[in-house]
Amino acid sequence: MKKQIFVLITALLGFVAGSFGVYDRLVNGHLNAAYGSYIPWGLWVALYIYLVGLSAGAFLFSTLVYVFNIHRSGNVAAVATLPVGLADGSEFSLRRLEDIGKLALFTALVTLFGAMFAIWMDIGHMERAWKMLLQTNFHSLMGWMLWFYTAYFILLMAELWLAMRADLAARASKNWLARLLTFGRLDTSESAVAADRKALRILGSIGVPLAIAFHGGVGALFGVIGARPFWNSGLTPIIFIVGALLSGGALLTFITAFFGSNQEEIGQLIPFLGRIVLGLLALDVLLELSDYLVNSYAAIPAHVDALRMVLFGPYWWVFWFVHVGLGVALPAFLLIAFRRSSFATATASFLIAFTFITVRLNIVIPGLSISELKGLGSAFTGPGLTFSYFPSQTEWLLAVWVVSFAVLVFLAGLHWLPILNERKESN
Amino acid sequence: MINEANLLDKYASEVFAGLVAPALEGVHAEILASAIPAADLLVKEDVLIRMNTELKRALEKPASERRWVMVIDLRRCIGCSACTVACVAENKLPPGVVYRPVMMEEVGTYPNVSMKFLPRPCMQCDNPPCTPVCPVSATYKNAEGVVEIDYDQCIGCRYCIAACPYSARTFDFGYNYAEQLPVFDAAIVGGTTAAGYEHASKEYGEDWARNGIQESPVSNVRKCHFCLHRLKEGMLPACTTTCIGRATYFGDANDSTSLVIELINKPNVIRLKEELGTEPRVYYIV
Repeated sequence: MKKQIFVLITALLGFVAGSFGVYDRLVNGHLNAAYGSYIPWGLWVALYIYLVGLSAGAFLFSTLVYVFNIHRSGNVAAVATLPVGLADGSEFSLRRLEDIGKLALFTALVTLFGAMFAIWMDIGHMERAWKMLLQTNFHSLMGWMLWFYTAYFILLMAELWLAMRADLAARASKNWLARLLTFGRLDTSESAVAADRKALRILGSIGVPLAIAFHGGVGALFGVIGARPFWNSGLTPIIFIVGALLSGGALLTFITAFFGSNQEEIGQLIPFLGRIVLGLLALDVLLELSDYLVNSYAAIPAHVDALRMVLFGPYWWVFWFVHVGLGVALPAFLLIAFRRSSFATATASFLIAFTFITVRLNIVIPGLSISELKGLGSAFTGPGLTFSYFPSQTEWLLAVWVVSFAVLVFLAGLHWLPILNERKESN
Repeated sequence: MINEANLLDKYASEVFAGLVAPALEGVHAEILASAIPAADLLVKEDVLIRMNTELKRALEKPASERRWVMVIDLRRCIGCSACTVACVAENKLPPGVVYRPVMMEEVGTYPNVSMKFLPRPCMQCDNPPCTPVCPVSATYKNAEGVVEIDYDQCIGCRYCIAACPYSARTFDFGYNYAEQLPVFDAAIVGGTTAAGYEHASKEYGEDWARNGIQESPVSNVRKCHFCLHRLKEGMLPACTTTCIGRATYFGDANDSTSLVIELINKPNVIRLKEELGTEPRVYYIV
């Protein structure tokens, strides 16, 4: 509980401080943002793709449980009883992956909220956001996005409800919120739970292509822009999806280790998740290396200039220290050298998930900070007509607010909903 | 209009008599031989007159039969940025919004140096990369081939800015030139008086007043539109009429006798970033 209270206080502080950023954005629009007309997207867009990546990654991890049945040991009855928290302490450790099903779904939902807030605040006319859904241009990848997110949101809600329903029903007699949320379906019999499971499996199966489509779509949103050679690659959507799996999986591993109630079971589960995260980290590094090396060799100015910006530009330390050092090398070392340690795995996962924002920033900003025409930067002066960018105070504060908000919703969910399986009785 | 014979006469008599006189002799001989008054023979029509006439002719056709193009003679451009300023004045562009910057580049090493200038309006591409990416169809190519933005539809996501290979789009953050001028009761009225100069923009034939951050065109993306509102009234774009060197030409490329057609059907004409397949409608004479 101490850990939860620490997170709660931190998130509350972030929420209060960040409110100033939200206030400034709502009152002064984009006047106090550091992005401009030559670098039109900044921290908020990076935060959005970061959070939506976490969501897609966390969701895809949930499908390991609900679609691919990774946990299954052949004992159908055991499978059926697990979601209601009546676990029998089976010897098959992989079954424990079941524990993260609901947590993964809820993490996906909360990060989706955060992402939507970040991108909603980023657009010029917030009051016209509805047009994206009702007056969509389907030639635009961005036009597709809100449709994908809406479908995904509905799917997440449905899956989460199905995953929690039996637990809610079990609590219904003593908890009015649980009773309300069951929507009257209080059946906790084995057949009812099995029916939930079947529906979950179908929804999860729809969710896999949907999650790949929407996050691949976000990648494609950048990838299709021929004007920006740094983004314009068939590899971009793939890098986005792998990045989502890595960052989302790492976040989930950390959350499971941090908030999990049963340390003994976590001790079995976390190293397993750690191995998946390590594999994804290797794949992500491979893709990044391939992209960077191929383009460095070709050395076509429009492309390699952006790459140089990442590697040796004014924010070189973001790439080398934060991304390579704290986001790749140190976690890889921890995951390899201390692979049986839950603490090391959780620390490595936290580092990967947290520093992944710099990967997103290093996609969005360098792609835009190369002048498209020689001499444009000095041709006309005015606010926003510049090729340098560092987020303003308002941008940082709003970003902190979005993340704090997501964390608070997450904590509220943990507190009031049966997200974590209650295993205290087996202790 | 310039009467070159009179001009020569004037100079010959006043300053350069000795130098100009031989040249003038020939002129006089020709005039005498043809018996046509000098004023008629050597009158040179300003290209603006011709373009204006052609513009009126084009406006008589249905919009879809016109094909507006702009031609910029880089050999004549002296980098004065009068076009940039005229555009800002015409469209009441706020700080940070620019439709037609002039890029300047120094070439060579001292003492063998010269300047290159490149005015950059919107290219009004026939295959614009900026329009398909708009999530709400707020930007599109109109019947005359000009890429417009529907300010009331634009949500301000700035995806089109990212997609334009010419950086021809800028975002209106809501700045005003007059906002920081002093105001003091009954004594100093700088701010309020100057604010009056920032009239509503007449872009697309409507009044676009500046009333806070949530009212268009503030928080919208903005771009050059070949001064559609002026064209409608039979006036050339502001940049074209203001160019002191007559380096910018404008007209209907579907009119085979137009000046712009004469200019672009030459080998020394380029378009920017042809390799992207955007098919710009702005041509540069080099």
